[in-house]
Amino acid sequence: MSTPGVMLITGTRKGIGRYLAERYVAAGWRVVGCSRGKPDWTLAGYEHFEADVADEKAVQAMFLAVRKRHGRLDALVNNAGIASMNHVLLTPLATLQAILSTNVVGTFLFCREAARLMSQEKRGGRIVNFATVATPLKLEGEAAYAASKAAVVSLTEVMARELAPFSITVNAVGPTPIETDLIRSVPKAKMDALIARQALPRMGTMEDVANVIDFFLRKESDFITGQVVYLGGV
Amino acid sequence: MARRIAQAHPTPETRFPMAASAEDVTRSVFAALAEYNASETTQVPPAAGTVLLGPEGAVDSLGLVRLVMLVERRAQDDFGVPVSLTDEKAMSQRNSPFRSVGALVEYLVQQLNEPR
Repeated sequence: MSTPGVMLITGTRKGIGRYLAERYVAAGWRVVGCSRGKPDWTLAGYEHFEADVADEKAVQAMFLAVRKRHGRLDALVNNAGIASMNHVLLTPLATLQAILSTNVVGTFLFCREAARLMSQEKRGGRIVNFATVATPLKLEGEAAYAASKAAVVSLTEVMARELAPFSITVNAVGPTPIETDLIRSVPKAKMDALIARQALPRMGTMEDVANVIDFFLRKESDFITGQVVYLGGV
Repeated sequence: MARRIAQAHPTPETRFPMAASAEDVTRSVFAALAEYNASETTQVPPAAGTVLLGPEGAVDSLGLVRLVMLVERRAQDDFGVPVSLTDEKAMSQRNSPFRSVGALVEYLVQQLNEPR
């Protein structure tokens, strides 16, 4: 992976996804991204697809287009995710279903289709999923979100074993709260209490997340798989 | 939190998939088998009667995964549409489409000719 190739990042319209797209284009990767809506930005070396990550047919059509256009995929970063801060007794079923759909179904579909493409082209590849510190911290008010990301951790660990014969590594980064839309609705007192539980009590940054992804993408990291790296000492 | 499902921009091929005949699909599957045989130590004879799975099967579980990936890719190239042989229908069929090369061809013909 030391030579940049083709990378697919989900949820690139804004936030961490956009930051990662810009970062890896600048580093020489050809980046393909997706989101449900159209981004209000463009970038040479970046192409965008409008697709819901949980829509199997849309995802398959997107991978077919990637294969036709690039003939390969070297890295997948499953960044797309949604959260909803709510007490479990006040959480509508529709909220749970939406969170599971984007976070679990979306991650599953992209991992599966990426691994198909990577294994078909016999080049191996790197998959990086997104976990969260809300899972190990058992964060109150985030039951649905934490559970969805627990599922992502399980997927990561099992897929790491199933995809190892194809030289595909599967790892995850578990960010702390970062200034994005995902946490905009969380009260400050809640956020302060959460950050206080970290060994390194500060907000995370997009650079912190990218640092872990960079590590998973390094050529020398081909012996690292099935791992979840939580930020902030959680 | 309700979300509208957005479809990725369909390519011309996905809008107007070609009809696939049994002969075309057989050729496509045999080409994938040739590719498989060139890269694996165990060989899968390109014949409809070749048993794929089970005690007499030509491939083990990982071999089947590799073979399915090659057949899917070849079918995508030959027929211009996304192909997934591991959909629910395949998994729930009493007679698995992976039991033999012939069954695989039959299932692929069926799948490629379904309205999209």
